[in-house]
Amino acid sequence: MVFPGSNCEQDCYHAIKVLGADVSYIWHRSEDIDGFDCVILPGGFSYGDYLRTGAIARFSRVMRAVKKFAAGGGLVLGICNGFQVLLEAGLLPGAMLPNTSLKFICRQVNLRVENDQTPFTSLTRKGQVLAMPIAHYEGNYFADEETLKALEQNNQVVLKYSTPSGEITSAGNPNGSLKNIAGISNKDGNILGLMPHPERAVESILGSTDGQIIFRSLMESLVKS
Amino acid sequence: MVKVKVYVTLKEGVLDPKGVTITQSLQALGYKNVKGAKVGKIIELDLNSSDKTAKGVETQIKEMSERLLANPVIEDFDFKVEE
Repeated sequence: MVFPGSNCEQDCYHAIKVLGADVSYIWHRSEDIDGFDCVILPGGFSYGDYLRTGAIARFSRVMRAVKKFAAGGGLVLGICNGFQVLLEAGLLPGAMLPNTSLKFICRQVNLRVENDQTPFTSLTRKGQVLAMPIAHYEGNYFADEETLKALEQNNQVVLKYSTPSGEITSAGNPNGSLKNIAGISNKDGNILGLMPHPERAVESILGSTDGQIIFRSLMESLVKS
Repeated sequence: MVKVKVYVTLKEGVLDPKGVTITQSLQALGYKNVKGAKVGKIIELDLNSSDKTAKGVETQIKEMSERLLANPVIEDFDFKVEE
């Protein structure tokens, strides 16, 4: 998916090519997305982050098609700004606040897998720690208490920021996210939003290959289904 | 022509890192009585609404705020209509 201001679509395209699947770009004006098995909303600054991150992109024409696609069980992956768009669109619960440090943070973080049953984490195991970079100013996940409780009860918290050894502490939390939340899914598990960038961690030259497992999981889930 | 100012602020209980920073800065400058600060947005709208009653304008602004200008998960809104 490409919105005006997206800037990680080429990285996503490359990552999927490297892993051997077919991929093509979808422009934000597209009316339908038939024929795709999975859509990825990439990172970047859609519509310049004006008003709020993702607030304008949610009204783009293609998002109507994405909602229909998701309602029919299609796999939707939102990375960074793509996650913010999914939140604004109401496809995932909660909202993003500025990082508590008020700094744009661009560095490697550690993530602990909390739910290994989603199509995006099927090849991981619960408790596994993955290293991937984050690059955002507004990644401080917020939801009211009731929503947080429901997320945890329904196993919708998929990834949490952790220390390298997998402890969920404030030392492992780069941006102030409630409960160290880095990635969540919808109830059905076919929509995943995460702030870290798995597409920037698919080749050893990039410093980590841990992001591969997210794409490999979703590819395997699609092949199985 | 009608001018409308829409005020968007963070809800009670939502952490406001900018507000915290401003509070600390003001305290550091010696304004010890500052207990808190909140940062919000003002959006000024110019409406061509000769065809709308005052009530019609209010209804429309409320709708605009709910749909786009504020995010109900973290923000409240208020507005002032200035003729």
